[in-house]
Amino acid sequence: MSMSLIDQLPVLPVLLPAATAVLLLLIGDHGGGEHNLRRQTLSGRVAIGSALLGLIIAIQLFLQAGDGMLMVYRMGEWPAPFGIVLVVDRLSAVMVLLTSLVALPVLLYASGGWAGHGRYFYALFQFQLMGLNGAFVTGDLFNLFVFFEVLLIASYVLMLHGLGRERLRVGVHYVVLNLSASALFLIGLALLYALTGTLNMADLAVRVPLVTGPDAVVLQVAALLLLVVFGFKAALAPLSVWLPATYAAASAPVAALFAIMTKVGVYAIWRVHGVIFGADAGASAMLVEPLLLPLAVLTSAIGVLGVLAAQTLPRLVAWLTVASVGTILMAIGLFGAQAWSAALYYLAHSTLTVAGLFLLVELVAAQRGEVGSRIEPASPVAQPTMLGLMLLLAAASSVGLPPLPGFIGKLMLLQASGGHAHATMVWTVVLLAGFLSLLGLARAGSTLFWHVRSDMPSGASGASAPLVTATGFLLAASVAMSIFAGPLQRYSEAAAEQLRDRKAYADAVLGEQGGLDARTTRPYTGQSGGSR
Amino acid sequence: MMPSMEFLVATGIGWVTVCGIWLMLRGRTFPVVLGLTVLGYAVNVFIFAMGRLWSNAQPIVGNGPQIADPLPQALVLTAIVIGFATTGFVIELALRSRHESGTDHVDGRPDPQEGGT
Repeated sequence: MSMSLIDQLPVLPVLLPAATAVLLLLIGDHGGGEHNLRRQTLSGRVAIGSALLGLIIAIQLFLQAGDGMLMVYRMGEWPAPFGIVLVVDRLSAVMVLLTSLVALPVLLYASGGWAGHGRYFYALFQFQLMGLNGAFVTGDLFNLFVFFEVLLIASYVLMLHGLGRERLRVGVHYVVLNLSASALFLIGLALLYALTGTLNMADLAVRVPLVTGPDAVVLQVAALLLLVVFGFKAALAPLSVWLPATYAAASAPVAALFAIMTKVGVYAIWRVHGVIFGADAGASAMLVEPLLLPLAVLTSAIGVLGVLAAQTLPRLVAWLTVASVGTILMAIGLFGAQAWSAALYYLAHSTLTVAGLFLLVELVAAQRGEVGSRIEPASPVAQPTMLGLMLLLAAASSVGLPPLPGFIGKLMLLQASGGHAHATMVWTVVLLAGFLSLLGLARAGSTLFWHVRSDMPSGASGASAPLVTATGFLLAASVAMSIFAGPLQRYSEAAAEQLRDRKAYADAVLGEQGGLDARTTRPYTGQSGGSR
Repeated sequence: MMPSMEFLVATGIGWVTVCGIWLMLRGRTFPVVLGLTVLGYAVNVFIFAMGRLWSNAQPIVGNGPQIADPLPQALVLTAIVIGFATTGFVIELALRSRHESGTDHVDGRPDPQEGGT
């Protein structure tokens, strides 16, 4: 029994939230009212219990993938590339673990009040987790599209959670933009299929190098369409303007969860443009290299300008998210094992920090009376020492001060960029972005905690224990990345090497078909027998 | 001379796409929703056409000389189902937004002729 359960491990991060979500729908949620309180409490416990179980599964996956094992799960035992496969390598395992690490404290935080501000928060949250985990473990591009849609439709409703005019206004934009991006995604996928005859990621890595001549140009158009789609999700400039408005309008726990959603776009760029259209892609090799690095630099620059200009705390954190995505994509755009290792380390750190910051700024805003989240002088907060120190820690880490993980991540990136043609640009932007976000955060921090007005009534009570615990957990997890920097760095280096090893991936997924020599699929000709 | 089937389908998809994009660029939520739906149709036919266009081919494995590619048909079914669900959602969202802000403008701007709300 236990043996078979281990075999099923790659599919559990998808199945567990799906089953939990259905259970939560059955428990039901009738909105406000006293009679609903017991249902809400029960739902909260089920959801947190499930997230805890998910964390255990994610840790187990993380450890197993750490041994260098590529876990391939064939849906319905159909052989790849004809059936759908789930593949868990080190990168996927890190992303699944990161999702769980963000989900658990965010759920705890939401159970402290936000979950009751609308209906079915917990069920939608679980559907979102299902989509996120599915996107990270799938080895098939069309399946990636399906999981994208699962996580997006959950995110549409979560984004609107709590309703209100501003959320609805931004929500319409968010939904319409994402639906148009989905249409582009489908066009890109259909073109890829038409030219290669497959959508399996391992098989695509085999087929793409074989496409030459005019077909290769169309194939590259398809890949660039996908860059637009994934770049939009990841908030790659110039497609990043939607993010601050959306994240700032969403409720705090939802924005914190969205910190990992942005990384789905980054992950997809990595898999498709980093690996499939990477160094070994024949005529289409290194397709996005001339684009990705400059755009990532631009993203970082726009992000820090936003941090400097932000008028409210959630917007400041949202722009910080954009800046950090720029840094991660810069590292991916450098196309080296070392740079990719830096990208993974920095991605994990920035996701945890940004998620923690989204929760923290709401705690701060709740204690500032009517001024709320606007960066203006107001009455002193009820817990200045604790909140101030937490903000200092998170801010120092996100701008990259030693010995915090943000510093380690940026150092890894700067070291990796040495010798690259654009090293000067990367150094300038990373250091300048760090300095400017330091300015922006220092301005916000000093206004919040020092520039207080005693003439305004304070009267705010301190934050409740679950809220502080949840926020503290995220920041502590981020700091722990500094304490365990050595092992984590080895892990991320191994993950980067594994991504660049096409042969191991092809052998694991297409072993029976001959690994890299697999020639099972081709653009369809319709002849029965013969070529088929 | 008769234009080829490929030419007709390609121009058809192109025309529907243009209509969809034009509608999506309108300022009211209803045309935008219509635009998304129309664009969805164009995309679905495009996926279908990416399995190549066949005439007199068996729809699924049989004994004939030619068999149409079944995979894009499966893909397009999935895309249709997802598109249907999201369309339903976006209509509900547009109605809710209209109800909340009193206008169906995509930016929630009040209507000038009504003097705002």
